[in-house]
Amino acid sequence: MAEQNCLVTNDWICGEYLRSRGQELTDATVQHIGITVVSVLIGLAVAFPLALLARRGRRFAGPVLGLTTVLYTVPSLAMFSLLLPLFGLSAALVVTGLVLYSLTILVRNILAGLEAVPEEARDAARGMGYGPGRLLWEVELPLALPAVMAGLRMATVSTVALTTVGSLVGKGGLGNLIEDALPSFFKAQVLTAAVLCVLLAVAADLLLLGLQRLLTPWTRISGAVGAAPAKTDAGPPAPATVKAG
Amino acid sequence: MGVIGDAWTWLTTGANWSGDGGAAHRLGEHLYVSGVALAVACAIALPLALYLGHVGRGGALAVNISNVGRAVPVFAVLALFMLTPLRNSGYWPTIIALVLFAVPPLLTNAYVGMREVDRAVVEAARGMGMSGGQLFVRVELPLAYPMIMTGLRSAAVQVVATASIAAMVGLGGLGRIITAGFNTYDTAQVFAGAILVAALALLVEGALVALDRVLSPLRRRRTV
Repeated sequence: MAEQNCLVTNDWICGEYLRSRGQELTDATVQHIGITVVSVLIGLAVAFPLALLARRGRRFAGPVLGLTTVLYTVPSLAMFSLLLPLFGLSAALVVTGLVLYSLTILVRNILAGLEAVPEEARDAARGMGYGPGRLLWEVELPLALPAVMAGLRMATVSTVALTTVGSLVGKGGLGNLIEDALPSFFKAQVLTAAVLCVLLAVAADLLLLGLQRLLTPWTRISGAVGAAPAKTDAGPPAPATVKAG
Repeated sequence: MGVIGDAWTWLTTGANWSGDGGAAHRLGEHLYVSGVALAVACAIALPLALYLGHVGRGGALAVNISNVGRAVPVFAVLALFMLTPLRNSGYWPTIIALVLFAVPPLLTNAYVGMREVDRAVVEAARGMGMSGGQLFVRVELPLAYPMIMTGLRSAAVQVVATASIAAMVGLGGLGRIITAGFNTYDTAQVFAGAILVAALALLVEGALVALDRVLSPLRRRRTV
């Protein structure tokens, strides 16, 4: 009886809500995951060349790091609003805003990872006749991977949370459900969407952690590895910034 | 760019700044909730982080709380507050949400700053006969200062950003100019509000960087 009435009595937890609005919840979750995945992938694709550019010297590092920091300081509501004249009410607007945010964490971590590669490893590779491209792909990138993955995890988790703000333009995944439920004080919908958001963030984090373990099997046998690779395992430079949605 | 011109017109029209829904009142609300929340968050987080860092305990809590803060959407927390009796208590739902999201960066950075103080320096200070209190005030606090300020900066930026999202659930602050613009399909107003919010965040960040520069030399002179 309680289950049938929970929609009427507006309970926080309502099984009937999950049953009757299952499709709506699935659609919103799919949109949420889609926006997050596309944003993080584009962010990674943009951050990587930026980090390589910043590595070429202070002349490039200053502007790149400065610009991404300024972008990061802009509040999400303002960021999405500033992009409105360019994109209109579209998912592209939300994705662009999220990409710009992810750049700060990703560029910093990729740069820190690459700079932590021991010079001996580079020298050894060069001595073996590796060109710059092969050196980057086969030596530096694998050694930088723990730091890169740490950045990717942070960026993904905050992107999942920030996606909710996209409901401002109707493209916020689970955020849309929260926005729709507010005028009618629909408790079950707000709580369910909020919990799903957090679960998505946790699941994404664990998934990426698993991927990192798969990609860097050598970090698990740290006892057998010398001091140099262990150094790159130190992860990101500082857990300084938090961008919550 | 017509939008930029229209937004400029909006910003320079006196009528848009006056009255209850005017930009001046919204800015006042924004600064009030941000200031109160940042002060409360500092009062909670800094003593706790500095104590935990000094005694070297609770590291897992201090570091993980940042990860939790990153995973929880601000919008969802504000929306949940609006469904409780808290919604009838003026600025409190906003302030409580702001405190919740300002504590993690403050706590984590201050704790990490304290723990990253060179152990050799701490041992040397102990060897010179410094008490726990002297060690804290003369060695650990000055050395942890840069990280504490980093935490304060990111907490302040976080607070200003969160206060703007409060508008999405119908609470006050500068974000209301943006949401009101969305409701009336007024792109110029949305853009003008966004410029105000972004400018405020950048100003706060800039002011704290300047404050950091001003305070830093004092610290160096005292410890030399």
